[in-house]
Amino acid sequence: MRGLWKLTWTEIKLFLREPYSTFFTLAFPLMLLFLFGSIYGNKPTPFFNGHGSVDVLLPCYAALLIGTSGLISMTIYMAVYRERGVLRRLHATPLRPQTVLGAQVLVIFLMCTLGLALLIAAAKIVYGLRFMGNGFSVLGAYVLSCLGLFSLGFVLASVLPTARTAQAVAMALFYPMMFLSGAAMPREILPLTIRRIARFLPLTHVVDLLRGLWLGDPWSRHLTEVAVLAGLFVVCVAVSLKTFRWE
Amino acid sequence: MIMANNGQDVIVVEDLRKSYGPVVAVDGLSFTVGRGEIFGLVGPNGAGKTTTVECLEGLRHPDGGRVRLLGRDPHSDGRSLRERIGIQLQESELQDRIKVWEAMDLYASFYQRSVDWRPLIAQLGLEDKAETPFAKLSGGQKQRLFVALALVNDPDLVIVDELTTGLDPQARHAIWDLIRTVRDRGKTVVLTTHFMEEAERLCDRVAIMDRGRLVAMDTPENLIRSLNAENRVVFVPDPGFEPRLLESCPGVTRVEASTGRVIVYGHGERLVADVVDFIIAKGFRFRDLRTEQASLEDVFLALTGREIRE
Repeated sequence: MRGLWKLTWTEIKLFLREPYSTFFTLAFPLMLLFLFGSIYGNKPTPFFNGHGSVDVLLPCYAALLIGTSGLISMTIYMAVYRERGVLRRLHATPLRPQTVLGAQVLVIFLMCTLGLALLIAAAKIVYGLRFMGNGFSVLGAYVLSCLGLFSLGFVLASVLPTARTAQAVAMALFYPMMFLSGAAMPREILPLTIRRIARFLPLTHVVDLLRGLWLGDPWSRHLTEVAVLAGLFVVCVAVSLKTFRWE
Repeated sequence: MIMANNGQDVIVVEDLRKSYGPVVAVDGLSFTVGRGEIFGLVGPNGAGKTTTVECLEGLRHPDGGRVRLLGRDPHSDGRSLRERIGIQLQESELQDRIKVWEAMDLYASFYQRSVDWRPLIAQLGLEDKAETPFAKLSGGQKQRLFVALALVNDPDLVIVDELTTGLDPQARHAIWDLIRTVRDRGKTVVLTTHFMEEAERLCDRVAIMDRGRLVAMDTPENLIRSLNAENRVVFVPDPGFEPRLLESCPGVTRVEASTGRVIVYGHGERLVADVVDFIIAKGFRFRDLRTEQASLEDVFLALTGREIRE
């Protein structure tokens, strides 16, 4: 256990030293919040069925954070660490393989959660954020969403041959998803055709699930999202078990 | 120099086999390594050295054969075995932004028993670099850090793979001194190298590998002696010296002369002394005298019919 905590703590420090990952995890969601918050405020509006703009956008930004963490951070860290032999060097110690990999996943989860905590704190203080759901439900949905998208990023890092291609593919998947899923901008402004296409994107289901539960929907209205994300996780874990390589 | 193998073998390898698809990397390799020796796996790139050490380290699963380190099976008992061995991997790096002290502190935490890493990095000349991120270290400093990481658990056995590749001669000699220090502290060292001079000067015993097979195994001195190769004495004599006269000198087999320079071929440990005495006895003097002896490169050439490729 000592090795796991030490490795996790060291990797947290390394994550925070990397300007790129720190910006996208900690700063970028806040920038979006202040940008849209300053334009629309958080007064109830008929555009969002009587909800405040910030109240609706916050769970969307949470989804955006999960997407960045899973598809960008996870993919790039894992692919680079594998390609450069960092994972292999860690593997050549008495650490269990699941500790070596678990620490990396844990760090990305903790950083994502830190980004979300900052986002919620800022929205609460600046815009009087309202929460209409059940805390445990939202937490459960958050963890499920992380499992689904993180495992997808992990698979990309495992199956793509080089860190460079992994990075390119992760970006190519993430950026359209970020705009089409309703994570970076409300899906209400997207045309209906785009919204239909977006149903095929995993991040759309994260947005739907988090947004619904945040605003007080029961789980029963989001069984599709739960099934898609749980299925994605199971498939990705199965593929990882087959394809993961230390080098 | 070499400890007797009185059942105290640190490593026993019997008939090790490993293929990658159709490519046979290691083809029936057997050897033992005794406590306290520096043992070298030597051969060109692709000879199967790295695959062999990765099987020793438990990082690769052999297709066949038996491997025991410190009496344990590195595959089924890998984690507990890695508590007691120190590993340096070929072409493995650390995280770019990890500082030297953080790397030492981190790897020390992975072992139940670890030494204080501060004197260790001081001994390796890295104490000024404790706050330096890995990516900012020079090649030699990185290699020294890898050695420090391999020693942080006070291992009984250290396995290093191509430790000095890419280093300049000065850094290479510093690493050699370090490996000898490790051996002198009673630890066993296994290293791989494709650099024959390194094997000859550093190893107590070498196993020469080629295409996954063991070609020869002995001390470097014995391997070179077994060639029974001629030594050469090269010098420039005073004008008027008749090189042919040297053919009657003891130990000399033949003499070549060109553009004032004489090359004497012969056998025996006294060859140089005899040649020098002979010239002086004839009333001549000489300059630029040097001797050329067979090396492990010649052993490899003689055994495989090929030059070792860099």
